[in-house]
Amino acid sequence: MARIDVNHVRHSYLPNPQKEADFALREVHHTFEDGGAYALLGPSGCGKTTLLNIISGLLHPSHGKLLFNGRDVTNLSTQERNIAQVFQFPVIYDTMTVYDNLAFPLRNRGVPEADVDRKVRETLEMIDLASWARKKARGLTADQKQKISLGRGLVRSDVNAILFDEPLTVIDPHMKWVLRSQLKQLHRRFGYTMVYVTHDQTEALTFADQVVVMYDGGIVQIGTPAELFERPRHTFVGYFIGSPGMNVMPVAVEGKTAMLGSQRIELPGAPKAASGAVELGIRPEYVRLGRDGMAVSVSKVEDVGRHKVVRAKLEGRDIAAVIGEDETVPAEPKVRFDPAGINIYADSWRVEMGA
Amino acid sequence: MDKTWNNKAWFLVLPVLVLVAFTAVIPLMTVVNYSVQDTFGNNVFTWAGTEWFEELLSSSRFWEAMVRNLIFSFIILAIEVPLGIFIALNMPKKGWGVPVCLVLMSLPLLIPWNVVGTIWQVFGRSDIGLMGYYLNAIGIDYNYVQDPFDAWVTIIIMDVWHWTSLVVLLCYAGLVSIPDAFYQAAKIDGASRWAVFRYIQLPKMQRVLLIAVLLRFMDSFMIYTEPFVVTGGGPGNSTTFLSIDLVKTALGQFDLGPAAAMSLVYFLIILLLSWVFYTVMTNYDAER
Repeated sequence: MARIDVNHVRHSYLPNPQKEADFALREVHHTFEDGGAYALLGPSGCGKTTLLNIISGLLHPSHGKLLFNGRDVTNLSTQERNIAQVFQFPVIYDTMTVYDNLAFPLRNRGVPEADVDRKVRETLEMIDLASWARKKARGLTADQKQKISLGRGLVRSDVNAILFDEPLTVIDPHMKWVLRSQLKQLHRRFGYTMVYVTHDQTEALTFADQVVVMYDGGIVQIGTPAELFERPRHTFVGYFIGSPGMNVMPVAVEGKTAMLGSQRIELPGAPKAASGAVELGIRPEYVRLGRDGMAVSVSKVEDVGRHKVVRAKLEGRDIAAVIGEDETVPAEPKVRFDPAGINIYADSWRVEMGA
Repeated sequence: MDKTWNNKAWFLVLPVLVLVAFTAVIPLMTVVNYSVQDTFGNNVFTWAGTEWFEELLSSSRFWEAMVRNLIFSFIILAIEVPLGIFIALNMPKKGWGVPVCLVLMSLPLLIPWNVVGTIWQVFGRSDIGLMGYYLNAIGIDYNYVQDPFDAWVTIIIMDVWHWTSLVVLLCYAGLVSIPDAFYQAAKIDGASRWAVFRYIQLPKMQRVLLIAVLLRFMDSFMIYTEPFVVTGGGPGNSTTFLSIDLVKTALGQFDLGPAAAMSLVYFLIILLLSWVFYTVMTNYDAER
């Protein structure tokens, strides 16, 4: 297990990057603590897989350094870094048995056969494939294959970290839950440092203690699932996390009041230095629909099972509100914003509010 | 099972049936007809029974040609398959080198067979050929017209030059279909270059390799044009393969009966071998 320091790492797939836009990874400076469970969350093309491959050594970064427990590993090969990585599509060695698949990484490292046997049996138990040991790997289902990919990482108990690159993409929804909770269990029991790349917020939020949200080649926010939900640092985090995403609307701020068109909205405090394009963000969960407040015209009510999502127009802008499954939309609907859920953004970045 | 039988469909396949009858069935039956008869010309035929077959199967000339064929097929497979895999493994997978290599590889395949024969016939001549002349110039006694060993070396090199590309192209197709993740996983697992080949590349190439081996075996077993052009079956009979022998008998000596019998045996051998390969391949697929 290791603490992983990513020191000012930038990466471009072009040989001579000139502009900022040439970089797939603009600049990442972050520490993955020893034994932490991290999720790298972001839309496709935001650089999360690039970052993962830089950590595992499959890619060499254009700039910056990578430290494992303080030791510079930037120029070490994947093998020397001793990393396990699970890919989006299961990688198995077709012609080998399940047992041999798991033994492969150990045998490649010259581990004595007695130890190989002990470790492989342990791992087979762990991933629940003990009864399949002697079967050819190619006959397995997708999720069993993915378990083998995972097992090949787990079988080396001394790995510095286990990296996951959207490992559950090809797995059935039901099995996703099972595998994800198995991963969490393994993490609790053995304390591996785990980094999990995904574009699925549910996956990220349920797997990780710390979610690293990436956008356009950089990290926009790192936090616990609750922090990401309550205090998105960037409007992108607001949109991307939550279903539906955060309502963001341009406002003018004066002291502790925000002006949205002709409406006045009381803020919990006076935003500090709110210059540039100022926006107010509020999650649909904090928009209260009732008989008092600002008048809205409701365009659609979506019943998603646990609750209802109300789509409406406020001052000509789309707004979403979440109401309980039993609640109904009043005849002349109005909305209030719960001050606890209000965030103010200047040029898309969140500004703190004073007293 | 409410299938409506529509016999009109037979009319639609009729043209093909007629065509196949004229091009395949009727000639084949003619051969069968010849193989059991004897003729002294003037279109007078007498019944010969299995005489030609007995004569053929007991003739050393037939078996010698057969053994030559088998040895030739074995040698070229032993060279072309490993060489083809080796070249395919070392071909670039992306960039401008890919089309260049593919075109270079395809060139020998695009040359008509008799032209290939002519190229090597001239190339190997010890008086004017580029290869033959310089081999002799550096002191190697090389003359495919007189030395059976040199003749064999020449036609084997010619066949390798002509057909290794096919193995390369098939293997290359198998290789480029392997997703990058496999190589990345192998790196993570600390696999050696050999292990990557043995457990990732070779299993992925297995199917195309079977096809390559089948095609190369069949083609080399039926080889005619190139050795005929280069050596004409000589020196002596040292490069007389079954097909060359067949043509010599049928056209050279005009022994229609023995030639027909030989054609049929030759045809049956190839049919049998094709069937063996087909069975092996389908069994292999079923096992997966």
